[in-house]
Amino acid sequence: MTKEHTEQSPAEVEQRFQTRIDAEEKIEPKDWMPEKYRQNLIRQISQHAHSEVIGMQPEGNWITRAPSLHRKCILLAKVQDEGGHGLYLYSAAETLGASREEMVEALHAGRAKYASIFNYPALTWADIGAIGWLVDGAAIVNQVSLQRTSYGPYARGMVRICKEESFHQRQGYHIMMTLAGGTEEQKAMAQDSLNRFWWPSLMMFGPHDAESAHSAQSMKWKIKRQSNDELRQKFVDQTVKQAEVIGLTVPDPDLKWNEERGHYDFGEIDWEEFNRVIAGDGLCNRQRLAHHVTAHEEGQWVRDAITAYEDKKRQRADRRAA
Amino acid sequence: MSEHMKLYEVFIRSRRGLDHKHVGSLHAEDPAQALEYARDVYTRRSEGVSIWVVNSSDIVASQEGDCESFYDPLDDKPYRHATHYQLPDEVNNM
Repeated sequence: MTKEHTEQSPAEVEQRFQTRIDAEEKIEPKDWMPEKYRQNLIRQISQHAHSEVIGMQPEGNWITRAPSLHRKCILLAKVQDEGGHGLYLYSAAETLGASREEMVEALHAGRAKYASIFNYPALTWADIGAIGWLVDGAAIVNQVSLQRTSYGPYARGMVRICKEESFHQRQGYHIMMTLAGGTEEQKAMAQDSLNRFWWPSLMMFGPHDAESAHSAQSMKWKIKRQSNDELRQKFVDQTVKQAEVIGLTVPDPDLKWNEERGHYDFGEIDWEEFNRVIAGDGLCNRQRLAHHVTAHEEGQWVRDAITAYEDKKRQRADRRAA
Repeated sequence: MSEHMKLYEVFIRSRRGLDHKHVGSLHAEDPAQALEYARDVYTRRSEGVSIWVVNSSDIVASQEGDCESFYDPLDDKPYRHATHYQLPDEVNNM
């Protein structure tokens, strides 16, 4: 493989790479790849990983307050899954030469972002339902599409994550369904939560295609397989019915089935709010990041203890060998 | 032979995009030789596009006999499965 590359010009090598992508072949860790492809992937995968881990916060906060032991167990299992998904993704990014320390540092320094949705607070128990139903639902739409991403380790990670994610959405919907079928007060709580989480969920798919900074190149490299607007439409189409079935109303006066398009038309997102939250000025941005920094610092003694224990075992082995 | 040659485990990626899968093992003096042997022994009919060889002694494995204590108490968490949640038929494909 090295030989054929030295005989080719850089343009030919790059062409060969693109031909492989065009033929729907996966790129694997040791293949040659353009530096920008590598950087683009590290950015996307690490931000995806950060989202999984930061996403543990709004839900983790409700574990002790879940309304029954059964719901506590479920929520605990879900939050545990999110931590696991973060691990799969960090590992995929590491196959590209990024270190875990660099990625965490970039998050703490504010250079790496995470899904803006987690900067909204989970105020009521219904929000835990809305997060599972809508936030995980939106994430699944995106992740199902990413199962076909061009980078092998990322694609395989997505397959694994999607398999586990279905329970997340169903448990969330089940919470909403239970509340919506409960007392007037419980139903109002569910509706209020849908009202607050609907628009931020639509924002999860990012800016319109025309305004998306990384989209064109990512589509050419097949890192992204479907555009932001396509994925958003898919999410709206499948979610409206789910709301109807449990008697909740999607908070969008412009929402209307368009027979001609075969899709729902829906209102415009408040892009000012979107930009404000992305820029760091959402309701919980500071709190989320500060909590992550604190947890990381307070966990230092655990990492130190692991290293110290390994050193001790090695010294003992050396002494025995001597 | 096994007294002086190391045992290697062989993993093959049959096609781009798929995981490497364990196919067997062989003895070799060093990793480079193990790779060549693996090519000769395990991929004579284009079984793969990439081979991993790993020293068998470097593999740390859990034992099936320890399942009960090793995995306990994972089995009593049915709520980790999507099927645990009964939803109306119209939305059950979620």
